[in-house]
Parts: sequence; structure tokens; C-alpha cells
Amino acid sequence: MNSVFGDRKTIIILLAPALLLYTLLKIGPVAWSLGLSFFEGNTLRGFEFVGVDNFTKFFTDDAALQSLGVSVFFAIVATAGQILLGYLLALLYVFVLRKGSSLLRTIVFFPAILPTVAVALLFRSFVAVGDNQGPVNDLINLFGGESVEFLATTSGTMATALAMTLWGSMGFYAILLYAGLLDIPDEILESAKLDGANGLKLVRHIVVPLSLPILLSSIIFSLNATLKVFDSLLALNNGGPGTSTAPLTLYMYRTAFEYAEYGYGSTIALVLTLLCLVFTLAIFRSSQRKAED
Amino acid sequence: MKAIRSRRVMVATAVALALTPLSACGGGAPQDAGSTAGGAGTGTDPSSFTILTANENKALPATLDALAKGACSAENAALPIEHQKVAQADVVQKVTLLAGQGALPAHFIAGTAMVRPDGDLGKGDLVLDYKEALEKLGAADQLLPAAAATVENVYGGMVSLPYQYNVEGIWYNKQIFADNGIEEPKTWDDLKEANAKLSQAGIMPMTQAGAAGWPLTRLMGMYIFRNVGPDAMKDVRDGKAKLTDPKYVAGAKALADLASSGSLGEGFSTRDADTSANLFLTGKAAMTYDGSWLLSSINDPKRNTIRDTNIGFMPFPAVEGGSGSIDQYAANAGAVMAMSPKQFGPKVGDWLKCISENYGAQALKDSGTISGFKVNEDVKELPVMTSQIQEKITELKDPVLWFEALLDPKSNSLASTNVSLLTTGQMSAEDYMGALQKSVDAAR
Repeated sequence: MNSVFGDRKTIIILLAPALLLYTLLKIGPVAWSLGLSFFEGNTLRGFEFVGVDNFTKFFTDDAALQSLGVSVFFAIVATAGQILLGYLLALLYVFVLRKGSSLLRTIVFFPAILPTVAVALLFRSFVAVGDNQGPVNDLINLFGGESVEFLATTSGTMATALAMTLWGSMGFYAILLYAGLLDIPDEILESAKLDGANGLKLVRHIVVPLSLPILLSSIIFSLNATLKVFDSLLALNNGGPGTSTAPLTLYMYRTAFEYAEYGYGSTIALVLTLLCLVFTLAIFRSSQRKAED
Repeated sequence: MKAIRSRRVMVATAVALALTPLSACGGGAPQDAGSTAGGAGTGTDPSSFTILTANENKALPATLDALAKGACSAENAALPIEHQKVAQADVVQKVTLLAGQGALPAHFIAGTAMVRPDGDLGKGDLVLDYKEALEKLGAADQLLPAAAATVENVYGGMVSLPYQYNVEGIWYNKQIFADNGIEEPKTWDDLKEANAKLSQAGIMPMTQAGAAGWPLTRLMGMYIFRNVGPDAMKDVRDGKAKLTDPKYVAGAKALADLASSGSLGEGFSTRDADTSANLFLTGKAAMTYDGSWLLSSINDPKRNTIRDTNIGFMPFPAVEGGSGSIDQYAANAGAVMAMSPKQFGPKVGDWLKCISENYGAQALKDSGTISGFKVNEDVKELPVMTSQIQEKITELKDPVLWFEALLDPKSNSLASTNVSLLTTGQMSAEDYMGALQKSVDAAR
């Protein structure tokens, strides 16, 4: 086996088809989109070279900056929530429920397989008011409160979107982190316990440092997924009220495909890409610093 | 070594993850607009009469199929009908792509702004001038004058066939009005009084499907047309007036006040079209401002439990001291349905003639749809409300457009999305109109 993978030709032959497909389907459009950022127009009107105008426009475009803010806010809060809840669940699976955790793991993971749009419609019904009032407002009424139109306000919509995202994905991150926690050797945990490390101390000084690589990967996955949030906010309230919960992806979609401004749409995509890179690299840097400490 | 390699793998994965959004916009190749010589009858016939319609519109292809089997069977034998579908939300993207590749079908749906003289299709002479074509075919008189005027006003030319002709107004429940001693409100103040009476009686005065945005902006727009006059939005388009002028801001203020008074009921800003129609058709709301497309629900006994004879239709009330008239109804001619001049050969011309002569009666017979074509056949047993509205449409003079009709696509979208902020008190009338005017100015 070693001799097969030691042969450069074999490696090239095995990788070439996949690499070619990847280049055609991924790198090609990415390069094309990069190029389009410097043009204005569409396939029908034709394209005109505008240099860096699209980039200047982006940083003076109120709607774009608002969408950027929405994306960053959503990504930070949703990631913090997903990872925290996922980690707590993973600790519960490993240290409290142990072998009896399989049923709970399945139940909590279940929402992750549901289509996001269906989940958004479900949560829309949960918080509905009026003739078809949902259970959330029924509950508020039960305690003597007045019905709240959650989706009529920015904070209400954002809170619903975050609750929906956390409900849908914490099970997935719990499984991811659970796999990481299982890798921690029992001997280390036992010896730490013998040395008097229990409860929070054990988690802080032994469990967290040893599960740091999987924790970092989870944060990177989560940030990249939530920075690119699209369908849930679109289906929940169409980026509203107004455009106050419209993320950068939705603004990109509307610009490119509804207003047929492919050049500016590509610029927004590029900004989003850079944003993902900046966040990812920031996490790497902070982890490196931690390792050096 | 292993650690370095695994870090490289992680960096590569991260870069790949980050690159995903960028690939989303890396669409088709930049191409020249592909101009063709426009004008009726200058094209060559395709091998079939291909029609691109919206997935959501089931009635149009069904009626055209009925014509292909009936009144237009000879035209269908010469050039068979063929359907293509596109999701309503993807129309602009799909048509832009097809036009860029020179692959537009003979008859196709398009975005409103695209077919205007300064739009992507209009500029490239990629849409047929129906006026000229129908005159050559001797069928120009088959269009209702009001429908033709509406099409020309919205699109800046006769570039769409009026497969629908909708008139808009306030539908009301006669029984609820009678029980509460309310007459048809003739002025905005009368309407406010009626709303207060109904609210006091515990009845929702008016239901609007606020989730879509436009059912709310329609109320504001009509207030502006009544206050400023029928040219209110033309003046904004031509730069003669600004949306920030006091008379325009008054329209936004009137809508905001209507919403804050509770006249639109609880949860109006997230109410969808079906829920709103049901509230009216089950007698839970006394009024709704909507178009004549509501007839299909009114004529459905499963949905309409208040009986069609119990429903009245009135114009949007006058604004005291305003320059508009109560007789000016808002009207629209449905989605754009254009033809490609390149494919407008003699056989497609025959199809166009046959459609314009027979579609009106066929649509009325099959689905009760009122179109902008003349009805050249006696259609019997029409439901009460359908006949009343059809009569009103035939007599319609000086229809006005709707609020967003002449706005560019971005401002159009902004008007609908921001209206939920306006009606829930999160944005003032001045700020709403200010943001909209800024968008209109940016698009000039």
C-alpha cells in the first residue's frame, strides 16, 4: 500500500479526475466571479470595466453596510450559542449520561436533518399572532401578557432566527464535540481526578485543553456556516422588517439576480469571502498564540 | 511534521469554505447584448410556438392550451404550442440569461423594468411592439382601450399582452355595513369614521396581507393619487415632484395612522394573502383593498362563506381638498408577456391574431378571469360579482397606476420591504419617503 501511495504518478492519476472537476466547478467560477467584481452590467446589457468602483460603492452603500452588520452579528451570536450549547450537551453525553446518551443524542440531533425552510416556517407559526396565533403567544397570554408580534420588530425577528438556528444545529455540534471528547484518554481523566481535579476544574484544566482542536474546528465550521446564512432569514421574514435582518448573502442574491447587477453582486460575494477568511484566520491566530503560551 | 501537515489541511479547508459564496456569483460569460432588428413581422418563425410562463400561473397556459385545441387549432397545427416554465422569483435571471444567449422563446414572461424603453430588453429591441403588430394583423381593436392604456403607461409602450386586467378597490361586507349603520365611505375621513365604529363593535375593519408589503403600499399610493392627482407618480419619475414633498409624505402618514389606530387588526404586518382573504370571506373583517383577482376566491363557495351577493365593491375614497377623483380606479394588466421580434414570423403572427380575438371569452369561460381582450362570445352563467366587475372594467376610464408601478426595481423592492417599519411605528413617514426618494435619485 505504501509503495502505491509513494508513487507520484499513481497519486496524480488517482487525484486528477477529482482535481479537474473541482477546478472546473469551483475554482473556475470563483476566478470568474473575482474578475466580474471589476465590471458592471450583466450578460444581456454587456459588461463595462469599472475598476475598483464596485468596492468604493460597497463601503458607501448603506444597505450593504447594514447587511454586513447583520451577517457579523448573526455569525458571532449564533456561533457562540451553537458551540456553547453543543459543548454543554457533549459534556452531558460523556460525563453524565455516558452510555445511556444515545436516545438523547438522536433526539437532539434530529432537527439538523430538517430542511431549513421548513424549520423557518415552523418557527413562523410558533410566534404567529392574530387569527392563527402560535403557541408562544398562547403561553404569553396564559401568564396574563399581551400577544407580541415578534416578526414585526428587528429584535423579535433576530431572536426567533437565533432560537431557530440553535434548535436546528446544536445537536450537530454536540455530536461533533462528543466525538472529540471521546478521544480524551480515560487514564488522563482518572489521574486528574486522583490529583483532586473535579467538576469545573476538570473541565477547565483537562477537558477543554485536550478537546481544543475539535473545538476550534467547530468554531470555524460554525462561523463559516452562519456568516453565509441565507435561507433561514429569507424564509422566516424575508430579511425584514424592512431590510433590518437581511444578511450579506441575501443582499448579494438580490443585487445579482433580482436587479441583474452581476458585477456588484460579485463584489459583495468577494467581501463575504474575505470576511470568512478574516474570521477563520483570526481563530487560527488566537489558537496559535494559545499553543505558544 | 504531522502537525504542520494537519494545519495545512485545516487552512486549505478553511479557504475552501470561505470561497463558497464567491462561486455563487460566477455565472455566465460576459456577452454582447445581441441586438436584433425589432418591429412586427420582421422575424422568422421558430419550429414551435414556445411560451415561457411563471410556474405559479396555472390559468394562462391552461387557457392557451384550450385555445390550441379549439379556436386556434389551425394555428396550432401550423405551429404547435409548447410550454416552458420558470419560478416567478427567477424571471429576471432566466430571461436575462436566455436573451444574452439569443435563446428567447417566441412568447415570454419578463420583469417590468426589463421591457421599458430604457430596460435591458427594451434597449436591445428584444421585445415586439404589439401596437404595430396588431395593427398590421387587423386586430388592434381586440384590446380594451383601458387595458392598452395601462400597459403603455406602465411599460412605456405596448410590449405586453393583457392576459389579465385587474381593477382594484375596496371589497366590503354589505351585511356588516348594514348592521353597523355604515354607508359606503366617500372620503378618507368617512373611512376613518367607519373604521372607528367597526372597531368599537369588535369587528376588524380592514384586512390587508401585510407580509407581502404591496397590499399596504397600495393604500398609501391610492391616498397619494387622490391627494396629488393621477399623475402623482409620473411626476416623481420625471423629477417634477419628490416623494418627500408634504402631499406625498401625507400619504405615508395616513397609512401609518391607519395601522396605529388598529384598523388593520392584530398581526397585519405578517399576514399572508390567503389568511387575509379568509378573514374577509368568512366575515371576520369588514373590508379589504384588493384587486379583481380576488374574484376566484369570491366565486369559490368553499372559501366564501358570506355569499357573493353580500359583497360590495367600491372605489378608494377621496381625500378632502385633493386633486384626484374617486372614479379613478387603480388597474394593472398582470405580469409582462412579451414576444420576441426575431421569432415573429407569419405563423407566430397568426397565433397573436387568434389569441387576441379569442382569449377574452376563453379565459372568462374557463376560469372567470377578466382579461384586457374583448369578449367576442356570449359567456353565459357568469357569477354575480364577476359580471359586475367585468362591466366596471369595460366602462373604466382614466385608470391610475399603482404606487410602485413606475419605480425602478430597487426602489420598488424598498417601498414594499420598508412599509412594515412604517406601519409598526419603527420608521417615520418622513424617513420612509426620504429613503425611497434617495433610492429613486440613485437609480436616475
